[in-house]
Amino acid sequence: MSEIVINNRMGMSQGVIHWFKFASPSSFYPLAGKMQPWFWALAAVFGIAGLWISFFVAPTDATQGEGYRIIFVHVPASWLSMFIYMVMATWAGIGLALNARLSGMMAQALAPTGALMAFLSLWTGAFWGKPMWGTWWVWDARLTSELILFFLYLGFIALQAAIDDPRRADKAGAILALVGVVNVPIIYFSVKWWNTLHQGSSVSMTRAPSMAQTMLWGMLLMALAFWMYSVAMALKRVRTIILEREAHTDWVRKLAEVSE
Amino acid sequence: MNWHSPAEFFAMGGYALYVWGSFGVCAVALALEPFLLSRRRRAILQSLRRHARAEQMDQEV
Repeated sequence: MSEIVINNRMGMSQGVIHWFKFASPSSFYPLAGKMQPWFWALAAVFGIAGLWISFFVAPTDATQGEGYRIIFVHVPASWLSMFIYMVMATWAGIGLALNARLSGMMAQALAPTGALMAFLSLWTGAFWGKPMWGTWWVWDARLTSELILFFLYLGFIALQAAIDDPRRADKAGAILALVGVVNVPIIYFSVKWWNTLHQGSSVSMTRAPSMAQTMLWGMLLMALAFWMYSVAMALKRVRTIILEREAHTDWVRKLAEVSE
Repeated sequence: MNWHSPAEFFAMGGYALYVWGSFGVCAVALALEPFLLSRRRRAILQSLRRHARAEQMDQEV
């Protein structure tokens, strides 16, 4: 009987990639370590190119002068704050459905970076609103729903920190994250559904972008830089969380960085 | 090229406070986050090494 199992296993390992193998923290830990430097490098390359275009290539805006250059950090931070939330909720949902430990750790690893992106979106928005609208803040649909997103991240982090058992913390956090998903389309469509002070989207899937080509390139490069940064941070943080949660296991004790 | 002098670049057409206030806080935040995480990683590694050493000494005794 055991022979059959072994043969089966060997047969599987030829050709078919064992994706589920990486669902275990012990095999994902070294993989994440190998991937991390690549994402840092990509973030740096896209960041340098994006900043160069933001300041030296993109022309002065006809109506907003040089003040519009805030767009090059505001839009990427806002996009990432929503995107990271969706990814975080997806991992949390998978963790809840399949009872997979690593999924819960991934969700936990993404939350602080997502919260930071939401904060940067609000902060740069305020610094853009002041000169253009004459106010740091208005209770408008777009701004308010983004503020709620920031609080959802903080709530997720605080809830998980308040529960001692990590598996139960994962489950409670997952439910909060999944309920909060409803807020993301509200943010995205808020400028269409309500009369808001916030301008409509500059980039749309259905029509030509309403901005100069070079401005668009700068924004996309900066968004890529923020994205790659977020992936690198998530990998770095999930590795730390794995060490913290698996501290009692044999494989962690045998790691080179521990046994040295 | 948009600028004729460094002073003009830093003035940002009168929007210096807003442009640099945005980019500056982003730069600080994106540098601080990895730094704080590195500290957290070092802390857990140190505690793991301490435990490993303690166990080794137990076995030797």
